[in-house]
Amino acid sequence: MSTTQATYGTWSRPLKKTGLVGFLTTVDHKKIGIGYAIGALFFLLVGGVEALIIRLQLMSPENNLVDAETYNQLFTMHGTTMVFLAVMPLSAAFFNYIMPLQIGARDVAFPRLNALGLWCFIAGGVIVNLSWFFQAAPAIGWFGYAPLTSKQFDPDIGTDFWIIGLQILGIASLAGSFNFITTILNMRAPGLTMMRLPVFTWMTLITSFLIILAFPPITIALVELMFDRHFGTHFFNVAGGGKPILWQHVFWIFGHPEVYILILPAMGIISEVLPVFSRKPLFGYPLVVFSGAVIGFLGFAVWSHHMFTTGLGIVATSAFAFLTMLISIPTGVKIFNWIGTLWGGRISFSVPMLYALGFIWMFMMGGFTGIMHSSPPVDAQQQDSYFVIAHFHYVLIGGSIFALLCGIYFWFPKVTGKLMDEAVGKIFFYTIFFGFNLAFFPMHILGMTGMPRRTHTYKAEMGWAEPNFWSTIGALILGVGIAAVVLQVIYSCFKGKPSGNNPWDARTLEWDTSSPPKEYNFGYTPIIKARDQVWENNHGTDLKKMDKIAPDSHGIHMPDQSWWPLVVSIGLFIAGLGVVFHHQTWGMLIPFIGGDSVISLLHITMPGLLLTFFGIYMWALEGPGGYHLHPDPEELKSAIDPKESGHWE
Amino acid sequence: MADSSTHADPLEELKNTNTGVENKKMAMWAFLASDCMFFGTLISTHLIYRKIYPTVVDPTAIFSIELTGFSSFILLMSSFLMALSVSASHKKNMKSLRFFLFGTIIFGLIFLGGQVYEFSHFVHERNLTLSSNVFGSTFYVLTGTHGVHVALGVLWLASWLGYTYSKKFKWENALDIETAGLYWHFVDIVWIVIFTAVYLVEYL
Repeated sequence: MSTTQATYGTWSRPLKKTGLVGFLTTVDHKKIGIGYAIGALFFLLVGGVEALIIRLQLMSPENNLVDAETYNQLFTMHGTTMVFLAVMPLSAAFFNYIMPLQIGARDVAFPRLNALGLWCFIAGGVIVNLSWFFQAAPAIGWFGYAPLTSKQFDPDIGTDFWIIGLQILGIASLAGSFNFITTILNMRAPGLTMMRLPVFTWMTLITSFLIILAFPPITIALVELMFDRHFGTHFFNVAGGGKPILWQHVFWIFGHPEVYILILPAMGIISEVLPVFSRKPLFGYPLVVFSGAVIGFLGFAVWSHHMFTTGLGIVATSAFAFLTMLISIPTGVKIFNWIGTLWGGRISFSVPMLYALGFIWMFMMGGFTGIMHSSPPVDAQQQDSYFVIAHFHYVLIGGSIFALLCGIYFWFPKVTGKLMDEAVGKIFFYTIFFGFNLAFFPMHILGMTGMPRRTHTYKAEMGWAEPNFWSTIGALILGVGIAAVVLQVIYSCFKGKPSGNNPWDARTLEWDTSSPPKEYNFGYTPIIKARDQVWENNHGTDLKKMDKIAPDSHGIHMPDQSWWPLVVSIGLFIAGLGVVFHHQTWGMLIPFIGGDSVISLLHITMPGLLLTFFGIYMWALEGPGGYHLHPDPEELKSAIDPKESGHWE
Repeated sequence: MADSSTHADPLEELKNTNTGVENKKMAMWAFLASDCMFFGTLISTHLIYRKIYPTVVDPTAIFSIELTGFSSFILLMSSFLMALSVSASHKKNMKSLRFFLFGTIIFGLIFLGGQVYEFSHFVHERNLTLSSNVFGSTFYVLTGTHGVHVALGVLWLASWLGYTYSKKFKWENALDIETAGLYWHFVDIVWIVIFTAVYLVEYL
């Protein structure tokens, strides 16, 4: 392999591929994907520890392990961490790593923008969690209902950390999504039509559209809240004429599509894994794709079902109930298609398959309770009870997390070139499956018997002690299981047996390249002729086998690395910190030496924004850059010379 | 791009995507879709409170519709100049490109000047501040957000105007100017909606 000399930007660009500099300046979608995964798994453990403290507090009646204020902070941070810092970025890790490989692209459309997404995710995650160190973690619930978030009821800076953290995480999600949309629509390999796309890539596309349309409302809601807290506006301030209910509407206009942002990538993973381990094509591929799109579309029309008990009026309530019930149709279609895929297949119960089957079962349980909630009179009984907690943990753990773990076990050999031990993986799966059900099934009963959510403790006479005790035991087992999986991932990175390129005899394009994939993904341009191209290559007729076109004499064009995405996100981090500490004293930010003078926006936010703008300008001036790589001739043995191919270069 | 010399028209080569739309333009369209929801939320907030409190504030006593009407007209005309800039960049006509870009920037600045005057006039003469009532909150945050969009657009176009004097400027950059133009037109279209929903509707 030889490289030609890199072009230079305004200043010399980082060229080192390895070590800290190589990681901080990377624009490689695979390294960025791994970065997302490391961050997400870390925050998954943090959020898990928060959950376990909550469970230990509730283990016995009138327990006092943590006080009520800390308890409120714990459930707020648990929800925020799991939604924004664990499940979303873990999905983003798969989007980044797998999607470009599935479409035969060299990288995403805007590699530096992709790096910005990663660094903004880290910056946002750090800001949200910094609140712990100032003993001011937000205690407002993950959906931060007004007027609890107002300065009057929440004078601490916890809510400000939460606002700014979510804003920066929003930038990360938006930057990623613009990139993925452009990449999927524009950079597919020749012959890879939309209806030949792997379902996971389809779900990436639909999720990206959901993100770009659902995040602006929460951005604006957070801006309005920030103005209420810092600059005396009255958006949600009752005394000034504001209506707290507006927050609920705007939050859930974001919040309900967010639910599908969490589950659609999971459904995509499942749709990849089931055919591989049933050794059959996905049953009803077009229906699975269109159901995903319909779910995404309807997701914007059901937000008020989170607000049935606020008294919306009969017409609105009925309409939202009807639309909510409607969503169960495309979801049901998907489940029947998955069952259809299994039907008559030669099923092998490997670890990814166990998680996939667990997903179908557990997600259905969560779905059934969801259908119960869609009926307003039933919902009025269940609102704010542990029944709701049971419902959304069944869809978020039994659904999203199971599918993401499934994805980890499925794609781990591709990412590292190593295998994870099957027997150990199965033990961990059954641990997680058992622990999860023991933790959350009793919550259905607790909710039915009236235990409210977000309660710090309860009296022994309520009769909730026993289910709560078993639930805590289950949560501990679940926690051990998840931690064990993370440890197994780390262990297998170093000690796993070599996997080869396609250990599962899988179907989609990412399995055609080496494991781990080379920096340039594919040494050749794949010419796609069928939906499950790699399956056709290995088992299909000659007519449907893939053609490979060698690169022309220039080699493969690669983007240059860059410092500026990191600089821009540091600028945003500083600017955000300045907004959090607006009107606070320096002593609050820097204990002992800070003094009593008050921080204004000019002190920290302005320099932060200047750094951001400076970074953006340097980013623009250096340009995408790029250099050429020549792939290993070994890879091009069966490839066609570009001049004879008749395809575009 | 090292191999750009091998292609007759580098701008045409950028269209060599699955959809035939250049990557940058596709991403900008996605961004604008997102921005629609952004302004949609702000405008909805304003209209919801307008309906809840029909009589608390009489906006016609605050607005100077002649001034805002004039600056709106200027902003729309800036869109016309922007279109001419994009056309000039595709025709590789540097003189016209600079002239029309300059015009777009000036018209954008006139609009911003009008908004600055309007804000300070409302605050000092009409006693409407961010915190005087809900109308003040929604009005300033909505029109202020739009103003920030215009200001960023002006900065963006001014950067391109400056860059045309750099030796590194290439006619492939016509795509970048067109992308900035999409943003500029979008911001103008949003203003048509805001001008109607916030100002004109009060005079019905």
